[in-house]
Order: sequence, then C-alpha cells, then structure tokens
Amino acid sequence: MNSHYYSTRTHDVAEAGNETAANELASLVEVRQDDRRSLPSDPKPIMECEGVDVFYDDFRAVTDVSLGFGYNEITALIGPSGCGKSTLLRSLNRMNDLILGARVEGAVTFHGQSIYAKDVDPIEVRRRIGMVFQKPNPFPKSIYDNVAYGPRVTGAKVSDMDDLVEEALTRSALWDEVKDKLKQSALGLSGGQQQRLCIARTIAIRPEVILMDEPCSALDPIATSRIEDLMVELVKDYSIIIVTHNMQQAARVADRTAFFTALADEGTGDRTGLLVEYDLTAKIFSTPADERTENYISGRFG
Amino acid sequence: MASIGSIATAPLRASREGDKNAKSIVFLGVLWFTVLFSVLSLAVLLVTSFLDGSTRLDANLFTRYSSIVLPELAGARAAILGSALVIVLTAVMAIPLGVAAAVYLEEFADSRRWYNKLIEVNLTNLAAVPAIVYGMLTAGVALSIGLPRRVVLTGAIALALLILPVIIITTREAMRAVPQEIRQGSLALGATPLQTVWRQTLPAAVPGIATGSILALSRALGEAAPLLLLGGLVFVSYDPNGLFSGYTVLPIQIYNWAKEPQLAFQQVASAAIILMLALLLLMNAVAIVIRNRYQKRW
Ligand SMILES: Nc1ncnc2c1ncn2[C@@H]1O[C@H](COP(=O)(O)OP(=O)(O)O)[C@@H](O)[C@H]1O
Ligand SMILES: [Mg+2]
Repeated sequence: MNSHYYSTRTHDVAEAGNETAANELASLVEVRQDDRRSLPSDPKPIMECEGVDVFYDDFRAVTDVSLGFGYNEITALIGPSGCGKSTLLRSLNRMNDLILGARVEGAVTFHGQSIYAKDVDPIEVRRRIGMVFQKPNPFPKSIYDNVAYGPRVTGAKVSDMDDLVEEALTRSALWDEVKDKLKQSALGLSGGQQQRLCIARTIAIRPEVILMDEPCSALDPIATSRIEDLMVELVKDYSIIIVTHNMQQAARVADRTAFFTALADEGTGDRTGLLVEYDLTAKIFSTPADERTENYISGRFG
Repeated sequence: MASIGSIATAPLRASREGDKNAKSIVFLGVLWFTVLFSVLSLAVLLVTSFLDGSTRLDANLFTRYSSIVLPELAGARAAILGSALVIVLTAVMAIPLGVAAAVYLEEFADSRRWYNKLIEVNLTNLAAVPAIVYGMLTAGVALSIGLPRRVVLTGAIALALLILPVIIITTREAMRAVPQEIRQGSLALGATPLQTVWRQTLPAAVPGIATGSILALSRALGEAAPLLLLGGLVFVSYDPNGLFSGYTVLPIQIYNWAKEPQLAFQQVASAAIILMLALLLLMNAVAIVIRNRYQKRW
C-alpha cells in the first residue's frame, strides 16, 4: 500500500530501516485521515504569517516564514531543534513580547488583522490565542482555582463558575479523575493530568486558537496518547497549532504539517530557521516535495 | 573468571593518606578554632549577662521606668515600648516601600536602561553603608524639612532607610525564585503583568519576603547608632504615645545604663541585654520557621 510512494521517487531510500519507519508514518497518517473530513488543499486561514522574521536582538532566529493556519485544523510545526519552532509559535500570540530584545518583522494576522498593529492590546491577543507549554505549569493553587484563573483575571462575565470549571475539565478529559478533589492542589496531579489541567485552564477563557509547544515531551506514552486524543476532540471547536519533535505525533494528529530547518545565514554565519515545506500531513509524510523534508522524516537528519 | 573475581575484590582500602596529613590537620584545627572562638564569645556574653542580670529579670524590668535615684528599681518600660513603637513604624514604612521597589525592579524595569542599572549598583552598595550614615542622612533631612529630630517618627524613618536595601534585595531574591513558567502561564491566560504580580508572583514570594523582613527588622531592633545620632533620649519616664513623642529604645537604654558606675545599673543593663537577645532569637526563629514551612518547592 505504501510502497508505491517510494518506488516512484527519484531519491532512493536506501536503508530498509528508514523505509520501514517512513512506511509506518505514512500508515499513521492514513489512519488519522480516515476519520477526518476531506481537507481543501489550501487552508482557510484563521491566522496567517506573511514574510515573518523573528529576531533576538541582532540574531535572526526565523527568516521569511509565510503560511496560513486553517480554521478547525491541527497544524504541526516540525523540524530539528533550534530551527525556531518555539520562536515562531511565541510570535503568534505575542508571548515573545516578554523576552527582552525579541522582535517580529513581517505580518502576523488573526482574522486578517495584524496582531502587531499599534492599537492592538497584547493581552487581548493572548485571550483569543491561548497557549499550552512544554512543561506542565499549573499554578500552586487548587485545581478549581487553576481553571477559574483565566475567567477571573479577564473579568469574563461568568454566570456560574462551577459550571464553567466542570465544562472545561470535562472537555479536557479530566473531570472524572478530579471531580472529587477540585479543592486540592494542582501540584498533586500527575504530569499528564497537570498538562490536561493546563489545557482545561486555556479552554476556560474560550480562545479561538490554541498554541501548544511540545505539550507531550515531558509525558509518558499513555499520557501522550490521551493528550493526542484530546487534541483530535478539541479541533472540532478550536484551531490548534502544535510544535512537536515527535513525527509520529504529527502524523497521528495533524491535518497539515510545516517542516522547518535551520540554515547558516550567508552573511553572518548564524543559523536561522526557515520554512522548507508546508502541506497536508498526508502529503508531507508520503510524497514530500523537498529532499530535506524527506531526509528528516525518514530519520536521516536531525 | 578468576581475573574478574580479583577485579571485584580489588582493595577499597585507602591508598592515599586522604585528609590525614599534617597540613590538613592544622587547617582543620584552625577552622575548628574559629568556630569555637565565635561560639565561646557568645557563650561568655550570655553567661555573664545572665549571672549579672538574672536578679533583675523580674516584673520591674517591664513595668518601671528608668530612675536615677533608685537604680535598684530601674526598669526598661519606656525602652521596651519605644522599641516596639519604633519597630512597628519602621516595618510599616519599609516593607511596603521595599516590596514595591523590588516588584518594579524585578518585574517591570528594563534592566538594559542605564538608570535601572544605576539603581541596581546603588542598591547593593547601600546595603553595606554603616548604620550611622543613615542617622546623619535622616538628621540632615529632618532639619531641612523641619521635622523634630528626637521623636519616634524620625527614628523610625532612619531605621526604615537603613533596612530598605535589605528588604528590596531579599524580596527580589524571593521573586526571582518563582519560576518563569508561572508568570508565562498567567500571562498566556490573558492576565495583565500587574495581575500576574498580584495573583502569582507576590503570593508565591511572601514566605521569602516575610523571612527577609523579619531578619531586617531584627537588625533594626538592635541598632543604636543612628538613633543616638538623632538624639534618642536617655532618661524617659513616660510611655511614648505617638509619632511625635520623645522615646528611647532598648539598645540606647542599655548603653546608658552600662556607662553608669553603680552596680545596680550594670545589673539592669544585663537584664535588658538578655531580654533583647531573647527577642532577637525569637524573631530569627520565626524567620527560620517561615522559611522552612512555607517555602515553595517547585
Ligand atoms: N529567549 C531567547 N533569546 C535569545 N535567543 C533565543 C531565545 N530563545 C531561542 N533563541 C534562539 O533562537 C533559535 C531558535 O530557538 P527555538 O525557537 O527555541 O527553536 P526550536 O523550538 O525549534 O528548538 C535558537 O538558535 C535559540 O538559541
Ligand atoms: Mg522549542
């Protein structure tokens, strides 16, 4: 079934091991696509990057990235470490405003409006575009207070906070495990539960986009698979952009995948991240257009 | 097999002398001596004070004013109340100011700006400035703005200035110990930087702030120099009753008694020293308990 991908390639995948790995990825993609609606070849974007450069002082970490993130789609950003995935992700909800010296050039738009325009409030941007971090970071408060935190600080009109907390925890598949200990400290939960709590906390402010930066990298395989199931569930209502170093994960959950790499800048010699290829996940993992993508997903690089 | 066995049983006995040579022993001896020296001096102070002062550690110490004519009945009532009032006032001024300054420097100041760098350098230096300088500063300022010198408020201002750098520095350290992920988590949920400080960083830093503040206040409690310079009164035979009341404090009272020739004054001075040491010990113990009990481990 998968072998024809490779037989048609000019670039031969020599090692049998790599071929098996690549076949596995391709089959994962098929499993995922089976239960998804068909996707247009170009995303209907909720967010877009147009010629985005991100700098840390004079160092250009990301160069000239243009892509659109689809409504109710999961977009995966993959690539070797240091290629600027986290940097790009942080620039999508202005979390990089918090890093001294960080600067974004080019256009990042949300519903067609630039999020870096002068009159845009970064606080409002973050309320609409939520973020889940690599390491679960629950507040040293009760489970309930963690979920209620967002609505409380944003001053959202909530008719019944208990209902909202229950809904957010239910949606993040945590309610059954914590419903009897809502008043207990969130720090007592397992890593996987903490990460789902962080997702619940994000959902509670009802963002439109959820950014996730390697949300499973600190978790065991079972906890990881629960979060992946959760993402597939959540994408019905949210648009999700996830950075992952785990290609199986991208293949399993993502509708579209963007592959980044780091290249040495001709002028300065600094390594800078750029977008190599962006396409439907099925395409990226079966018939990538760029040789570098192919090398990366077949495990020969990075 | 045999060789594996012999490797496994190769001797673990010391092949070198380790720390048992003459040089190390001398060095260790010096270390021990220094520890012993400081512990002994403290012990001597405690024991002699106790021997001299134990007869005067009674209710009179707390209820009676100092008296020139009746040294046998002299008490530290005015000094105890004066110390309490001055320290509370110092805390009320120094803690909010210090914490606010620390919050600004830690959470809002752009550390690349020259003026923030300047503040930074000054702060560390200020913490090392001798106490008497704060007395002189306060005296000078008081004079120029027409504030009376010998009153509770002026004394408390001097002590507040004295401990302000320490409070700022310890508060900053406590805030720095709060993981960045907590701030990011809060900001990513749409909290403003100020909300993040109020709801996350400051609460998490409270144990550290409390510990640092108590230690700073215990320093202020034992400090006589700046208050002497401001002319803290010698014989006070009334309770300080307000911000503009004359006052004395324990260290000044002790200083005054100790320089009198009469044995009875020496004894009551010793009793007051014991009282002050007990207070300082108590404050330090509370600080340690707070640190150990409430310190968040992330
Ligand atoms: N806060 C920062 N300050 C300066 N340089 C940074 C910062 N964060 C990341 N970088 C640099 O930017 C580049 C991209 O990093 P990052 O976005 O973390 O990559 P990835 O997430 O793909 O591993 C790296 O060279 C990294 O050293
Ligand atoms: Mg990263």
